[in-house]
Amino acid sequence: MNKRTLAALVLLGASPLFTAARAEPVTETLEIDGEAMITEAPAPKDPPGHPFDVVKSGWLYREPDTRAMEADSFENPGMLNVEHGEEVWNTVEGEAGKSCASCHGDAAETMKGVGASYPKWNAKAGKPFDIELQINACRTAQMKAEPYKFDARDQVDLTAYIKHQSLGIPVKIDLSAGDMMSWWQTGKDRYYLRTGQLNFACASCHEKNSGNYLRADHLSQGNSNGFPTYRLKQSNLVSLHNRFRGCVRDTRAEPPKAFSDELMALEVYVAWRGEGLSIETPAVRQ
Amino acid sequence: MNRAFKRSLVLIAVFAGAPATAETAPGEVTIDDMAVAQPVTAAAGDAINGRKVFADRGLGNCLACHVNSDLKNEQFQGTVGPALDGVADRWEAAQLRAIVVDAKKVFGPETMMPGFYSLDVGVDVAEEFKDKTILSAGDVEDVVAYLTTLKGE
Ligand code: HEC
Ligand code: HEC
Ligand code: HEC
Repeated sequence: MNKRTLAALVLLGASPLFTAARAEPVTETLEIDGEAMITEAPAPKDPPGHPFDVVKSGWLYREPDTRAMEADSFENPGMLNVEHGEEVWNTVEGEAGKSCASCHGDAAETMKGVGASYPKWNAKAGKPFDIELQINACRTAQMKAEPYKFDARDQVDLTAYIKHQSLGIPVKIDLSAGDMMSWWQTGKDRYYLRTGQLNFACASCHEKNSGNYLRADHLSQGNSNGFPTYRLKQSNLVSLHNRFRGCVRDTRAEPPKAFSDELMALEVYVAWRGEGLSIETPAVRQ
Repeated sequence: MNRAFKRSLVLIAVFAGAPATAETAPGEVTIDDMAVAQPVTAAAGDAINGRKVFADRGLGNCLACHVNSDLKNEQFQGTVGPALDGVADRWEAAQLRAIVVDAKKVFGPETMMPGFYSLDVGVDVAEEFKDKTILSAGDVEDVVAYLTTLKGE
């Protein structure tokens, strides 16, 4: 190839040489125990500038067996964690002698829709809270119990139990509260920040290449509506910050700590990117 | 004589005491007109080892993003980049070397392809990868030698 055609190709970018075969996500509909989930939704318009027209659930990118497993809660191994989360909900702990249920009663009523609105501005803390941080706040202030350490089994399962009460409800977070917009902006900057020796940003994989295969992985838009998700590879329920850290580590970078300002900002921004999708917790992923 | 060539000559002279490892440091490689004319190490590239480096997930891991029919018994080949079948018909060796050394200097800063012999990398590099290139100079030449064997029928 001579240099001139070469330069022209690079400029055009659209030459067949440079277009990879994409495997489109499936267009099936997801019903969990007969209830319809929203797995495709028009992208949120506010603030403007969403990179996609349509946001898509990671479910659409998975293999048929994995998809089927999520559609039937008896087959979904993550439901065992949700059941354990319910036990934690009802267990008295700490010096105040209370359980979550002592104050919040029946989660099916009091927690319905709550998970779909997180992360949420917490005025007292002056930062956004996710469900995990809210649980720790209630444990320390209300129950006089120790906060959970990151990824303690009870933390992940209780989070899944609370999120599961929003099954089917579309994600919608309140960016007008407090300082949420500046956290959104910080999260956005992070999303496009290239990290590590491999020099990838979140967007390199989940925006420019969603639909492509990276080795065996069918890259999704990287939405958070299914978290905590049951990962077949790990045979366990995996928290969102664990997933974030894994994705950053895969760029050969040192990931920020769980619940650090960096990852909380990223959580706000990622939740917004997936607004309109149903909560699928516990989603099943490979 | 172009600049890159002169520089590598100087470097080879510097490393003359150990000819087997004489190599151009990542920061010293000059990409001119989307090509790196001079090999980055004195030892000739070994295509057989290059094929291994290409497939190895801890080294080139080129299959993460590229299909390559020459390695068709390797399962799971990625589609992020174009298939590399017949790639030697499309690019000369010096261009293939530039692509492997630092694809961003060839395709532009937005390309997904990492620079395999570049220290121009992302932030927060993990301790074990700090100040290291993904591939050694020898691996780069081996991969380039292998790529030049990928010709159409
Ligand atoms: C002594 C009463 C009490 C106990 C026990 C308690 N909470 Fe709370 N919880 C509250 C109060 C009051 C609020 C609202 C004010 C706040 O954010 O602290 C709240 C808020 C919440 C919220 C946010 C609801 C929303 O609409 O955003 C969640 C989620 C929650 N609690 C979960 C839990 C869990 C899980 C436990 C058990 C680990 C628990 N709480 C234990 C009193 C309690
Ligand atoms: C090198 C590619 C790569 C990069 C960079 C990357 N990820 Fe991922 N990510 C993956 C793969 C592979 C998966 C699993 C398959 C899928 O859902 O795409 C995944 C999954 C996810 C998921 C779960 C999606 C679901 O439906 O369960 C989220 C959320 C996510 N990534 C967020 C991020 C964020 C945030 C960043 C930036 C900090 C990031 N990823 C960077 C490759 C990447
Ligand atoms: C993370 C993904 C990724 C990895 C890993 C990767 N590449 Fe690439 N490569 C690409 C992309 C994307 C392009 C297309 C250039 C563009 O338009 O950005 C490309 C282009 C190329 C080209 C030009 C192909 C043509 O037909 O014009 C060659 C040669 C190449 N890569 C070789 C390699 C080799 C050798 C390795 C392993 C050492 C490798 N690549 C690893 C993403 C990758």
